[in-house]
Amino acid sequence: MLASVINLNSSAYYFHWGVVYISLANFLAIVVMLVIFVAALVLPFVHTRNKLKAQAGAQPVAKAYEPQTPPPAGDPTLWTARLRQVWLRRLPPEKMLPDSQPAYVASWIYVFGVLTLAGFVLTVVTGLVLALEGPAWWHTSSVGHFFNSMHLWSVECFMGFMAIHLWGKFWMAAWRGRRALTWISGVLAFVISVFEAFTGYLSQTNFDSQWIAFEAKDAMNASGIGAFFNTLDFGQAFMLHIALVPVFLVGIIALHIVMVRLRGVVPPIDANPEHLGEEPSVVAEATNPLRAAHELATQELAASGKEL
Amino acid sequence: MAGIQATSAGMGKDRRTALRQRREMEARPWRGPVRRYDILKEGTIAVAVVAVLVVLFAVLFSSPDVRPVTLQAWASAQPKGFTEIALSELNGTSDSATYGPPYNSGNGEVQDLWGISIQKALGITDPINSAEDFVLQPLSTVSGQPQLTAALGRYNDASATQRSAWLAAYGKALAKAQVVSGRLTVPRAADGPVPVMLSTFLGMARSGGLDAALVQHSPFYVTNYTNPLLFIGDSWKAQHGKSYWGQIVEAQHMSGSQWGVMNETGSWPGQPWLWLYTMWYQVNPMANSGNGDVEVVAIMSFLTILLALVPFIPGLRDIPRKIPVHRLIWKDYYRSNRPGGSPGADVTT
Repeated sequence: MLASVINLNSSAYYFHWGVVYISLANFLAIVVMLVIFVAALVLPFVHTRNKLKAQAGAQPVAKAYEPQTPPPAGDPTLWTARLRQVWLRRLPPEKMLPDSQPAYVASWIYVFGVLTLAGFVLTVVTGLVLALEGPAWWHTSSVGHFFNSMHLWSVECFMGFMAIHLWGKFWMAAWRGRRALTWISGVLAFVISVFEAFTGYLSQTNFDSQWIAFEAKDAMNASGIGAFFNTLDFGQAFMLHIALVPVFLVGIIALHIVMVRLRGVVPPIDANPEHLGEEPSVVAEATNPLRAAHELATQELAASGKEL
Repeated sequence: MAGIQATSAGMGKDRRTALRQRREMEARPWRGPVRRYDILKEGTIAVAVVAVLVVLFAVLFSSPDVRPVTLQAWASAQPKGFTEIALSELNGTSDSATYGPPYNSGNGEVQDLWGISIQKALGITDPINSAEDFVLQPLSTVSGQPQLTAALGRYNDASATQRSAWLAAYGKALAKAQVVSGRLTVPRAADGPVPVMLSTFLGMARSGGLDAALVQHSPFYVTNYTNPLLFIGDSWKAQHGKSYWGQIVEAQHMSGSQWGVMNETGSWPGQPWLWLYTMWYQVNPMANSGNGDVEVVAIMSFLTILLALVPFIPGLRDIPRKIPVHRLIWKDYYRSNRPGGSPGADVTT
């Protein structure tokens, strides 16, 4: 009942061009990611289009993220009260759980951040079920194998969405405006995820684990990592996969999310200076370089026609 | 001329000031149009969508599970090849025996970058004596075979020179060995106790006893498979695609020259995110370098640091501005903010 509909156990088809040697499955995975990325850029964001129709002509409002009233003061001699004061001032509930966001967040590329998180949640949930029954369960149980399959596809979705999210953020130059830590924590999350996936392959207790452990040991040993992490030691790889690396990964993802909420979503390149908090009288000055850049950007867009 | 230079310098200063000013402003809370946004609803929908995808893929494609290779299967399929590797462990010529840190003091797989070897500096952290750990110690666990006990005693008591002579003689005889009906027949030679030891060792492997004996690092529980994996792996290093393991590896397109680290058994996608890491192994000088692993790790570490530090690297951080993909991402914003456009579209009050 839980057997696959499409049998992928057959011999794989491989493309071989010069030094490039890639399976059809991996090739398709990469092509699908690229197609999704391009589609996310060019397809109209339905929600926004509807809103545009509904509210054309409305006036812009300046709705800041920061709270309008300062957080209640506590006893300044108490560490707890001081921490709460700082926390609420820098990351008030309105920022952590917002009910509005800048109108420019209107592209399908923005959904890949939350899709990455969703992929991570499903990876953790399916991994917890596998952990509950032990590393060998899925070899002998059809239910276990199904959960292993869901774990695998959660990982593929998680990594795929994360890569698209990273591409999108690069082209937004999302590190602008003191958002470097947001970018760095995202890159770190990607790197730790790659290592987490690697330890997952080592924990499969099958041919994959054997071969990948043996092949990978040389790079580990040559770089000195082998002195601390023996890929051939299943116990170590398994504990890294289900305990140590996830702790780091959850930590870095949490930091990334907090930084996104703290700094906000990066504004468009050459955004209207008024939208960035510049006083209208200053923006109106003919020599204002920010205004010039913004007007150049919008004029170029107008000149490029309606293909956008 | 000086006036033009002064003007250019002034313009450059203005531009730098403007960029600094913009960086400051981009850090401020957004003061432009906003729209309704339900972060919890978005998260719930995302989890539901991905859950549907995951269940769908799991039902449609399942997941791979190729059984692990055992010493028993290897010894049964290739008794001669198996015995050749066992002999190489005894005479100290196997890849494991000559590897170097973290296993032993050999130099066979020690790598360095510009003369600096972190591998060597960190020393032996997982000591392995391949003759003792892979062959002699497992044989010593066999009981009730007086002939083997005598052979092991004779071998252990012999000088290193005598052992080498026996092993060399057995090696020459093994080259002429025949496998008839699955039985390995090695011509007689002046090889002392070695034939008894290695024929028993082969029998032990074919019975499945060696699979258990090699992982017995503790009296009962087992989690460390370093010894059996290194032993099986020595066959790949010495016999490559002709070895039992090598045949399976190459049939599954997982060897290093087949970009194996990113591939998966069968027709499943593997780890496509490793494409760049795997690619470096395919191109020179890494493809033919004795230090290929450490060179690839160094390149990938450098590129990863570069990616993380993009915000601080002039030129790299300017690419998104120069190649205006962002015009596609924020097309609605730019359109509604163009001169004469409708600046207030898509807002809530």
